Amino acid sequence: MSTNINLPPQLEVIDRPLDTQMTISMGPQHPSTHGVLRVELVLDGEMVVKATPDIGYLHTGMEKLFEYKKYQQGIVITDRMDYLNPLGNNLAYVMAAEKLLAIEIPERAQTIRVLFCELQRIASHLVWLGTHALDIGAMTVFFYCFREREKILNLIEAASGGRLTPSYFRIGGLMMDLPAGFESRVKQFLDGFPSALKDFQKLLTGNRIFQKRTQNVGRISGPDAIDWGLSGPCLRGSGVQLDIRRANPYTGYEKYDFEIPIEHDGDVWARYLVRLSEMKESQKIVTQALSRLRPGPVKADAPKVVLPDREAMKQHMDALIHHFLIVAEGFDVPAGEVYHPIEASKGELGVYIRSTGGPKPSRVHFRGPSFVNLSALPDLAQGAMIADIVAIIGSLDIVLGEIDR
Amino acid sequence: MSIITDVIQSTKAIIQGMGVTLSYIPKRKWTVQYPEEPVTVQPRYRGQHLLHVDENGKEKCVACFLCAAACPSECIYIIAKDDPRSPAERTGVDERFAEVYNIDYGRCIFCGYCVEACPKDAITHGYNFELSVYNRADLLKTKTDLLITTQLQSKNYRVAFSDEDVDSEYKEV
Ligand code: SF4
Ligand code: SF4
Repeated sequence: MSTNINLPPQLEVIDRPLDTQMTISMGPQHPSTHGVLRVELVLDGEMVVKATPDIGYLHTGMEKLFEYKKYQQGIVITDRMDYLNPLGNNLAYVMAAEKLLAIEIPERAQTIRVLFCELQRIASHLVWLGTHALDIGAMTVFFYCFREREKILNLIEAASGGRLTPSYFRIGGLMMDLPAGFESRVKQFLDGFPSALKDFQKLLTGNRIFQKRTQNVGRISGPDAIDWGLSGPCLRGSGVQLDIRRANPYTGYEKYDFEIPIEHDGDVWARYLVRLSEMKESQKIVTQALSRLRPGPVKADAPKVVLPDREAMKQHMDALIHHFLIVAEGFDVPAGEVYHPIEASKGELGVYIRSTGGPKPSRVHFRGPSFVNLSALPDLAQGAMIADIVAIIGSLDIVLGEIDR
Repeated sequence: MSIITDVIQSTKAIIQGMGVTLSYIPKRKWTVQYPEEPVTVQPRYRGQHLLHVDENGKEKCVACFLCAAACPSECIYIIAKDDPRSPAERTGVDERFAEVYNIDYGRCIFCGYCVEACPKDAITHGYNFELSVYNRADLLKTKTDLLITTQLQSKNYRVAFSDEDVDSEYKEV
């Protein structure tokens, strides 16, 4: 008798074909959703009534995989989460494990970690800038961004051997020391970078078309951004000055002199400006880190956890025994729980490890900034034009590898 | 009124952008014409593995299984064998050697943990990266494919000097 069946809102719309609203699916193969993200859009004409992100297309069960791997083997999994910022992921994971083990990291290793994290932040922002502009229709920037990124990848490759998946940081230090002549190569990159930044500014910042596409689009106020749990440039674009490098310093960030750029408008344009200034700040930090590099050990003095020096391993029996034990059986990590947040290129990246003793963690969880930032999409997209959706998704700077884990 | 300023400013933006593009035309090229030109890899680059031999041509691997234990993706398969012959006749440097040494490149993630683990420097990463095959089963590489004496090397890469410029692979036009 009654026709009042409680349909889910989407079906209600489909149920009324004469209504002006319609539901379309954007993705999972859409080029501007930056991976396999599907957004379910309810449209009224060109206006977005409702946008619901649908994730899980890239789910690989990485967090579960940690439980079957020794602690040191987990590092290679972190590379594959946020694949634009692998060294940041490495850092968060190894620091969480080091917290459990209570290991002190030598000065040189810490400086090198800062150096690489900031280089990686620039590289990550460059990919964001290139693809974001490409989504909006400015194609040229993309090529110049990837040219600069290529130089950074070459540097990462020179030090670690991997370009996209370096696994350079190890629990208790680094994989190995920097190669000879590395400092001058970083300097070379730093010399060329400001002029590249100037090119990006010329192509985008002063560009009326780009401004029109981004200003007043996808606005979110500071308190709302906090309520949604946004972090990183998305939060700072809304006028909240929170940066974990400053609020809760790690690996010696308290010793570096840098600004935390903020903007107050909270729109796509503000987030663009914040990231652009952040690249400049990262460049400053890299310069400072270079001047702080002093010779010294890059591995902590913890023979039960850190692989011995190769020469020592071949000459001394006890070093060889430690080497065998660490590789074959892993090292015991004291029972306990730990959470360690770092400021990754996209926001707060936190690693939670629960250990019940033994060489394998009992649970590892990542608080991925992309995942949390994406959750604000329904709020940002409501009332926007359909063409602005790509600008909004681009400005959130998401990486699906980290969202689905 | 604002539409007119918009049009003027947009045109200005396009001209300015074109200016940037044009200014790059006489500058050096940033693309490498792979495979006509070789790609530059860094000295520490992690490519296809090489199993090494010593100066007498004896395999260095002693089948200790440490690399297999270190491998996060469990893609190394070894069968160890004892070789009771005299040192001159043996296959390996030691009595014990790997009769079978397979790496499944469908699983390998090129992390370098096996190289780090090997106590005999028997396995290292080479620079070969052209590993694509038509058949998935061909990704399983056996000892013949891995031994430094028998591995087929591609001509399409060149190894950078460690102090080379960051952008050395790019040519002046
Ligand atoms: S590179 Fe890594 S994944 Fe590949 S065989 Fe060696 S340890 Fe295993
Ligand atoms: S390659 Fe090295 S680690 Fe692997 S079994 Fe041979 S000697 Fe042992």
